[in-house]
Amino acid sequence: MTTTTVAGAQHIQAAFDRAAAEDRAALIVYLTSCFPDPDTSRACFEAAVEAGADVLEIGVPFSDPMMDGPIIQAANQHVLDAGTRVADHLALIRSLDHLAVPKLVMTYVTIADTRGYAAFADECAAAGLAGVILPDLPVPEADAWRREAQRAGLATVFLASSVSTDARLDAIGAASQGWVYATGLLGVTGVKGVSQDVTRALVERVRPRTSVPVAVGIGVKDRGSAAEVAAYADGVIVGSSVVRAVADGDPAGAPGRVGALVRELREGVSRR
Amino acid sequence: MTATDASTELREGYFGAFGGQFVPESLSDALAQLVDAWADAEADAAFGAQLDALRRDYGGRPTPLYHAARLSEVCGLEVWLKREDLAHTGSHKLNNVVGQALLAQRMGKPRVIAETGAGQHGVATATAAALFGLRCTVYMGAEDCRRQRLNVVRMQLLGAEVVPVESGTRTLKDAINEAMRDWVTNVDDTHYLIGSAMGPHPFPTIVRELQKVISVEDKEQFATQAGGVPDAVIACVGGGSNAIGSFAEWIDVPEVRLIGIEAAGEGVGSGRSAATISEGREAVLHGSRSIVLVDDDGQVRPAHSVSAGLDYPGVGPEHAWLASSGRGTYLAATDEDALEGFRRTCELEGIIPALEPAHAVGWLLRHGRAELGEGARVVLTMSGRGDKDVDEVVEVAGWDLGVARAFGNDGGVRVPAGQAGTEAATETATEVDADGGTGVGAEGPA
Repeated sequence: MTTTTVAGAQHIQAAFDRAAAEDRAALIVYLTSCFPDPDTSRACFEAAVEAGADVLEIGVPFSDPMMDGPIIQAANQHVLDAGTRVADHLALIRSLDHLAVPKLVMTYVTIADTRGYAAFADECAAAGLAGVILPDLPVPEADAWRREAQRAGLATVFLASSVSTDARLDAIGAASQGWVYATGLLGVTGVKGVSQDVTRALVERVRPRTSVPVAVGIGVKDRGSAAEVAAYADGVIVGSSVVRAVADGDPAGAPGRVGALVRELREGVSRR
Repeated sequence: MTATDASTELREGYFGAFGGQFVPESLSDALAQLVDAWADAEADAAFGAQLDALRRDYGGRPTPLYHAARLSEVCGLEVWLKREDLAHTGSHKLNNVVGQALLAQRMGKPRVIAETGAGQHGVATATAAALFGLRCTVYMGAEDCRRQRLNVVRMQLLGAEVVPVESGTRTLKDAINEAMRDWVTNVDDTHYLIGSAMGPHPFPTIVRELQKVISVEDKEQFATQAGGVPDAVIACVGGGSNAIGSFAEWIDVPEVRLIGIEAAGEGVGSGRSAATISEGREAVLHGSRSIVLVDDDGQVRPAHSVSAGLDYPGVGPEHAWLASSGRGTYLAATDEDALEGFRRTCELEGIIPALEPAHAVGWLLRHGRAELGEGARVVLTMSGRGDKDVDEVVEVAGWDLGVARAFGNDGGVRVPAGQAGTEAATETATEVDADGGTGVGAEGPA
């Protein structure tokens, strides 16, 4: 199916443009929604933006997260064990309206599919989201979702991998809105560090195949690795390290820890 | 919808609306390699010959089709047991792992990983890995490790690393999640040797084709030993590898009913069930669209069964298709039914069955005659042997067999040869839940 630019994609593109104008990569920060509780979570998102996050990636927990490593998996399980529902996450996201940065939800296809693609797209749009990332929905399976996302004005970000064939990268580059998510390694979140040579080569393969920015995630842990990625990518995505900052210590101090880490990461993406 | 339609993938990787490849992009190349490797292997006579020889000389095939006369008498049916419990490693699982291990070798992958619930697939995989000199890691829920300690030890003896999975429900679905994560990380040198007819395309097709040997054999055996075709083929269904292998050759024979028996745990609707087709809904799990136990939010509901091998909230996509097309009938048996099936198979036939096929026996004992008609001829796949389940059965059922028998009171109903009859079966059958909670009669979705 063909892709036309939607409002959510424009919002995301503007964030990348602002970062580029400052001669830096955009910083995309992932946090698990409602972790460890809704109020602390809200404060953490606010702290991340205050500290320089350009885009928020908001994780809605799923019981069987295929792409997530132990840190995010544990955070997700904590939230699920608390009885938190998808509606609670959408309510939290709506309460972040005062944050001007684009927000995307990151969850798994089962969540969107079970609620119905149309209904989920409408809910996401109503919550003020700019886009959606479903890491287990590859482009060949995504037509039905993309139609509903388009209709609701939501961008869909697709993942690219170093093992993707050229033909698949063509499709990913054409279908992605907001950005193309280049995975920094073969593996799950929060375990190994990004393989810079492999990832750089992937970004170079993707860039001529798409009109949207290329951002790297999975394996970016700290200021140093963020700076390395920022040298060749349009955006840098950091998740597990930020979730660990929430988890490691007193919840009351979580926003402070998140803010401190995001400031470091922002310094990292500025050095290019 | 014709029977032929029901057996055909209508578009690549799909069975009607079910199937697909819902996986992270990093697995796309491995799945494409697997599609190609399987196509090459299927077209290669040498592969087929190697597989046949291994199955025969190493695996012990063909397995017998056995007329279970005493069980037949109690059920009021003519019951034939396809004895997969007599295959090497004690279950049908070897059919699949030998083929996939050969594939791994063809693809140049020196390591295999697997998930296991009851341990039968893990043991089979560890066996094949030892045979082919492959490194082997098996993920198993920590709760299942406890329930199936014997199989953990067997896997370790065979040289496999067994990784207990502590996340989630600590059962099969979480073991699959961990195996998927391992595969995403180590896809370069690792083949994920999926144990059931589930997962992303092409796994459901590969597993069906490798398990099809069950029905290829029993079709011929039945014609020779009994004459004609059976009225029904019946098999237990978790992910559904034994059932799809049992059904495959019969799908195009419309006069043969295909009946899958799911594990209803404490009853359909009880909240403690693994009867996916009976009470699940369309959803994506572990890489394919099928029927899954999910809540309204899309979270996968924990499954429950006394059998670790059936304790799975999904089912293979081809079963979802057979159910939705009406070609297959999927019914349910409770833990109580399974324990009854276990006990009666031991006592009437001298066969200690795995708890998985004991569900099918339990259903047959209680409902077979009413559902199929007096004297109906049935092939039931005895998918595995029950050594692994003895401790759990004694604990769950509260049968202190050794002590009780020593004192002349075993607490069970023993029917001497020649006195077995349908009345005895009726007397010993457990009561149906007031709400029909055995789940029997629950058809697949329209």
